[in-house]
Amino acid sequence: MIAVDENGFYGKFGGAYIPEMLYPNIEELRENYLEITTSADFQEEFRSLLKDYVGRPTPLFFAGRLSEKYGAKIYLKREDLCHTGAHKVNNTVGQIILAKKLGKKRIIAETGAGQHGVATATVCALMGMDCTVYMGEVDMARQKPNVERMRILGAKVVPATSGSKTLKDATNEAMRQWINNPVDTHYIIGSVVGPHPYPEMVARFQSVISEEMKLQLLEKEGRENPDLVIACVGGGSNAAGAFYHYYNQPEVRLIAVEAAGLGISSGKSAATTLLGKPGILHGSRTLLMQTEDGQVVEPHSISAGLDYPGIGPVHAHLFDSGRGEFVAVEDEAAMQAGIMLSRLEGIIPAIESAHAFSALDQIKFNKEDVIVINLSGRGDKDLETYIKWGNY
Amino acid sequence: MNRIDKLFKDKKKDILSIYFTAGFPELEDTLPIMRALEKAGADIIELGVPYSDPIADGPTIQDSNTLALQNGMSLNKLFEQLAKMREDISLPVIAMGYLNPVVQYGIEKFCKKCQEVGVDGLIIPDLPMKQYISEYKDVFDAYGLRNTFLISPQTSEDRIREIDKHSDGFIYMVSSASITGAKSGISQEQITYFERIQKMGLSNPRLIGFGISDNETFSTAAKYAHGAIIGSAFINLLKKAKKEGELSGVITSYIKKVKGE
Ligand SMILES: Cc1ncc(COP(=O)(O)O)c(C=O)c1O
Repeated sequence: MIAVDENGFYGKFGGAYIPEMLYPNIEELRENYLEITTSADFQEEFRSLLKDYVGRPTPLFFAGRLSEKYGAKIYLKREDLCHTGAHKVNNTVGQIILAKKLGKKRIIAETGAGQHGVATATVCALMGMDCTVYMGEVDMARQKPNVERMRILGAKVVPATSGSKTLKDATNEAMRQWINNPVDTHYIIGSVVGPHPYPEMVARFQSVISEEMKLQLLEKEGRENPDLVIACVGGGSNAAGAFYHYYNQPEVRLIAVEAAGLGISSGKSAATTLLGKPGILHGSRTLLMQTEDGQVVEPHSISAGLDYPGIGPVHAHLFDSGRGEFVAVEDEAAMQAGIMLSRLEGIIPAIESAHAFSALDQIKFNKEDVIVINLSGRGDKDLETYIKWGNY
Repeated sequence: MNRIDKLFKDKKKDILSIYFTAGFPELEDTLPIMRALEKAGADIIELGVPYSDPIADGPTIQDSNTLALQNGMSLNKLFEQLAKMREDISLPVIAMGYLNPVVQYGIEKFCKKCQEVGVDGLIIPDLPMKQYISEYKDVFDAYGLRNTFLISPQTSEDRIREIDKHSDGFIYMVSSASITGAKSGISQEQITYFERIQKMGLSNPRLIGFGISDNETFSTAAKYAHGAIIGSAFINLLKKAKKEGELSGVITSYIKKVKGE
């Protein structure tokens, strides 16, 4: 359980720095989300969809050949087996039920890799809701299959053409459209970012990941806690879900893996905790890659889902408080880790998730350690990037 | 006396406030545009401090922000340009910008600089009222800066009363549920909203902004408030004027047209 204070702060990070035009939208959500999402009614629908529609619980797979290579007991939490191919759907299922209970008719969302967009378009089709997804023009080009998947599912995909034309700009655009449509529209944010209560709400929906991990580890290892949990961090939703129930268990090491892009000092990176300073982005105070003048820096990562100049406030706090360990993985190393997992375990990971595997080369652990790596998504959407990279 | 206070004391209606982005269309245009606005008969200058991620702004102002940043505008540069502003500009000047650049510059240093160069007030759309009261108000006050909050058609009556209590320049009425950008005309629904606010008997004066672009929209909005604010339409004008190579004349004839002179 990761606690947030009444104003939405995790230590120094979080809050709701929003224009007044968004205040009523955010207030409506803040006043209602806890009551609704903890109600028996909601939980029943949520749990039932996670089970029968998403395919939960996802397996906890003992990766034998990988364990042998690294000399530890490595388990993979198979979020790649979720319907739509990534953890993102845990959150969209929760938010669409919430939106329905709030009486909303339309859904808007931002997307980077397209996984969150696909997960949103999917639940909108399921619930018969109108869906518009904002996506950076650059991302639309490099994640083409996901653009078409959203369209097949009946969503409208609108290019964000300002700034770096990636996730940050898609998020700006979704926020603007929410200002323009304050009454009938719900904005499904795809990660633990944005103004309070989003980071906390999304973390709750994703917390099912570590909830299941505890039960599965108990069964396989006779104990609920692993020694390490490793997850990649874009905004940080899969990591927040994987860390959630271990946050207050200091003996569990929490390893957050950021994208170093072409290298920390290359000017083309997305390693927020290494390169960022406290600042305000998309409604929350967090660590942020920015110039001395406070202009947001355009990030770079080979994986669209990690290509974000900020990080969820919960992770900024994890970093600041020293509770989490942060590792940065370069494009090339992530791609190699993706191939490694494919060859050792027969699983082609999303390039986002591949970053988490590469962290095994950077961190120290013991032979007897039980490690869980959150395999946040599958690599289908990234085939074109793997092919272009070509080194396999 | 603070120039904003003085303006609202002396003038009760048809106040025309003009927004433009500092450093746009070209880096050194900031002061010439301000001079032209004063000469042309505007009442308030709202100087936009450019930001990479202006989430309350539509494409016109977004683009002007991007261009101004490409031109090299920054808070350091802006304060350098404004150092001599008060030699020939007497209008109230309000700096409007997003919170992050101000925070990085340093709140106290920013306010001190504003006072030094003669800025009278601030509009920071993503600074929430709660944070303002607990962390920023004392500093703004110490440097004589007025703070303006926005309200929209969705803002509840209780919240508007709360905002009125904590405002000390004027209240910025966003004309509809929208980001900035020129629209055509003012609808009956908007007028109903204007009238609703007018009847609340707020203690602060009100200016209506977003979607105001010409004499018709200006004079309609001004009927229901103390005046109105033009932003995107003026940015579009600057783009055009620059092509024609003559800022001052174009600005003068536009302002006169808006005011119906
Ligand atoms: C497979 C996968 N993993 C991770 C991420 C990063 O998001 P987050 O950090 O919120 O988990 C994405 C985002 O698109 C993704 O598709």
